[in-house]
This record gives sequence, C-alpha cells and structure tokens, in this order.
Amino acid sequence: MTIFLQSLLSGVLIGGAYALIGVGLTIIFGVMRIINFAHGDLVMLGMYASYFLFTLGNVDPFVSIIFVFPLLFLFGAILQKTVINKVLNALPQNQILLTIGIGLILSNTMMLLFTSDYRIISTTYSSGSFRLGEISVSTPLLLSFVITAAVTAVLYWFLLKTDTGQAIRATAQDRDAAQLMGVNVKRMSVLATGIGAGLAAVAGSLISPTYYIFPQVGQPFTLKAFVIVVLGGMGSVMGATVGGVLIGATESLAGAYISSGLKDLVVYVLFLLILLFKPAGLFGKSRV
Amino acid sequence: MLQIENLDFSYGDLQVLWGISLQVNQGEIVTVLGANGAGKSTTLKNVSRLVRPSRGTITFDGADLGKLESHQVVEMGLVQVPEGRRIFPEMTVLENLRMGSFIKSTRPDRQRNIERAFTLFPRLAERQKQLGGTLSGGEQQMLAIGRGLMTNPRLMLLDEPSLGLSPLFVKNIFEIIKEINKQGTTILLVEQNVFQSLRISHRAYVLETGRVVLSGTGEELLGNEHVKKAFLGA
Repeated sequence: MTIFLQSLLSGVLIGGAYALIGVGLTIIFGVMRIINFAHGDLVMLGMYASYFLFTLGNVDPFVSIIFVFPLLFLFGAILQKTVINKVLNALPQNQILLTIGIGLILSNTMMLLFTSDYRIISTTYSSGSFRLGEISVSTPLLLSFVITAAVTAVLYWFLLKTDTGQAIRATAQDRDAAQLMGVNVKRMSVLATGIGAGLAAVAGSLISPTYYIFPQVGQPFTLKAFVIVVLGGMGSVMGATVGGVLIGATESLAGAYISSGLKDLVVYVLFLLILLFKPAGLFGKSRV
Repeated sequence: MLQIENLDFSYGDLQVLWGISLQVNQGEIVTVLGANGAGKSTTLKNVSRLVRPSRGTITFDGADLGKLESHQVVEMGLVQVPEGRRIFPEMTVLENLRMGSFIKSTRPDRQRNIERAFTLFPRLAERQKQLGGTLSGGEQQMLAIGRGLMTNPRLMLLDEPSLGLSPLFVKNIFEIIKEINKQGTTILLVEQNVFQSLRISHRAYVLETGRVVLSGTGEELLGNEHVKKAFLGA
C-alpha cells in the first residue's frame, strides 16, 4: 500500500507538469488545427532559460517563470506570425514537416550554442524531501505541482471569464462563426501559439530543478504531450489537464510495479485501449 | 445602404456567381430567393468577407468592403446570422450571447442587449446555462439571431433562418424578423421559404444559377407567374 501511494503521489506530481505541456499543445491545436511537433523543444527552451537565469542571475527556477512565460510567449507569437501562419491552409503533412523542422532547428541551435553537455540546476531544495506518514514527498516536485495548479487556475479563469479567452474558445469551436461575431481570428492564432509556447516553457522551468538539461531533452515531451492531447480529446483543455495527470500516474505506477524500462509501454497500451473504446478521447466530441 | 455591383465569384474553376447586382436601402427587408445552389449563401459570404470575389464591388454606407477582413465588417455594423446557425456548441447560451458583444464598441451595451435577446426569445432566458450544442434547432436559431443582435447591427444578413425548423417555429421566426426590422435594423434575408419571406419583404430578388433573374417588391413577386411556377408549385 505504501508503494502504491508513494508512486501514485510522485506520478500525480510530475503529471501536473505534463498537463501544462499538454494544455499548451491542445490550445494551439484547437485554434489552428495544427499539431505542434516542436512543443517539447519549447519545454527545453524553458529549461535553458531557467538554467541561465539561475546560474547568471541567481533567479530561483520557480521564480523564473515570471520572465520565462512572457519571453516564450513572444517567441511563440513571432513563430506563428512569421512561419506557422503560412501553412494554416496547407496539407497536413506539410504542417507536420514544418513543426518537426522547427523543433530540429531549435534543438540543434541550442547544441551549437551551448554544446550537448548535461547541465543541472542545484538549488538548496533540489534533492529535498519530507515525510508524510510512510510516504516521502519530494519538495521541488510538490512546489512545482502547486505552481502548476495555480497557473492552470489562472488559465481557466482567462479562458472562461475574459472576452479574449472566450474569443479563443469560440475560434476553436467554429472559426467562421467567430469571425462573423467580430473576432480577429488571425490575432487569436498568434495569441494561442504564444500561450501554448509560454505554458510549455513554464512547465520546463518548473521541472528544471529535477531534470538534466540538454538540447535533446524536449523530444520525449513532444510525444508525451501528443499522447496526452489525443487521450483527453483533441482541443479539449479539460481533457489535457486530466490526461496529463493520468499519464504521469500511470507511468509512475508502471515503473514501480512492472519495470521502469517498460513504463512507456504501459502508457501506450493504456493509450491504445482508451482510443479503442473512446476514439474521440476522454473529453472529445466526435464532430462531423 | 448595401450596394453589390457586378459580383463574380468562383470556387476554384467553378464560377458560381455571375455579375450579381443588388441593393438594400436603410430600413428595408430585402429577400434573396433561389433554389439550392443558386448562389444565395455565396453572395452573403462575399458580403461578410468570408470569401473574396473575383470581380465586382460591395459597398456598405458608401465604404468599399474590398480591403476589409470579416471582423472589421462587423465593427461597421454589418452582421451575418449564418446558415446552419453555427452556435458555439461547447459554450452556454449566455456565453454565446456574450461572444456577440466581443467587439469593443458593443461591450457597454452588453447587459441591455442580453435583456433584449431574452425579451425577444423568452426561451433563451430559460436555457441560459445550457450548452449551445444541446439546444433544439429552433432554439439554436433563436440564439443565433440573438447573438447577431448583440453586435448592434444596422444591417443583418440572415441565411436561411427557417431551414429545418418545425412549421410553428418557422412562423415565429418570420414574426421576429419583422419585429427586429421595426426596431430599426435593416434586413437582407436569404430564403427558400418563398411565401413567408415575400410576405414580410419590401423587395426581393430571385437568383438562378448565380444570376439575378427577377426583382421587384414582395407583392409583385408573390403574383409573378415565374415565381409561382418555380417556387410555389402553382
């Protein structure tokens, strides 16, 4: 029972960061119908940004999100305006090629600039933990989870309660109808990509105290985010939130009970099973 | 108020509009009639700038719409209630209405306009917390019209508002359109329900395979032999 609770907790805590990455991907997809295969590399950029803010500016990685979000928001927005916007009506395979290409350019540029050395951020709490009965709770993971929850709450408030957030949702639900209500959908696409990139980077910052940082660290997150988004239902923010936590927990439990080498396998088997019985994802609606 | 001149439009190689010219004057209800595929909806899409014409001009209050985007047309006071309602399915009735007052100039009137929509359609007030996608066809049409009114339109384009509704709802919708017009909004209506729409229209145009073939007052066209043969089955 202790092992179960212990791995469930660790899984849920890391799942929070997965959720943030997935939510970013699903917002971008919802508004533009483009899957951003460079998403994990945006996570990597967030990690590097926090690393340099920490080593050069002595900014705590959890505090660094105040700078990392606007920085990567801007980066995402510029990326949308200059490149992604050009393939909005292109064939899906061309869109995929473009975003994969962006990802490769990002990771290789980082390798060129900063070599492929592994870097770590060692804060005072990096390896800290405390006990909760029989269970040991990692301090950085718990902190990152709490911040993730707060960021997610702000995001929900933005999407549900502000006019701009509503316009983003409207654009995702019916692009033409949104235009007919006076929504500038091009602006919403820029905004959505900025928010998606910002969220991915914030997730990167939040996990940076517990991960090795290197140029290729992002790629597994792309695949994970993709699984989370499909699992939750393409375009569903709620689905990605739940999906992220679910994947985190599954991974951790599979690692503890089966084998840490097989945990990805278990995740994909679960993924395929859910799609078999619910093809549109947990919160997805099959639209015609 | 709205002036369309010599409008040509093609979907790829297929030309669907051939030199359409029509005008709508302030305060009127103008109907465009025609069978499926006659080019009615395409004409409205051109006005709302969802598609771009290959030739011809569209002016609204003297301003050329040629360089504008869809959302800028809405800011000028021209709104379209599209075919098939196009309600935001995962937003509540209230959120859908709120989206209608997205443009900044209409936000101060939001509360008043929501109340206006609820007065016109009491059913919407009862369902305000329900998701748009779960409403019946008739209720969705009410919501679509209510949402359009939130933009404070001076000209409202309505694309087949009676399509797929029960006969009772159909009558109701035409009464509402008349009422909206009385309250000061000019109407350009696209319809297949010839009898009901001509009864409330000041003027009307008949479209066949992308061309205007007839125009006149509502009464004239109701009595016209061609209209009777083609549409009323008489």
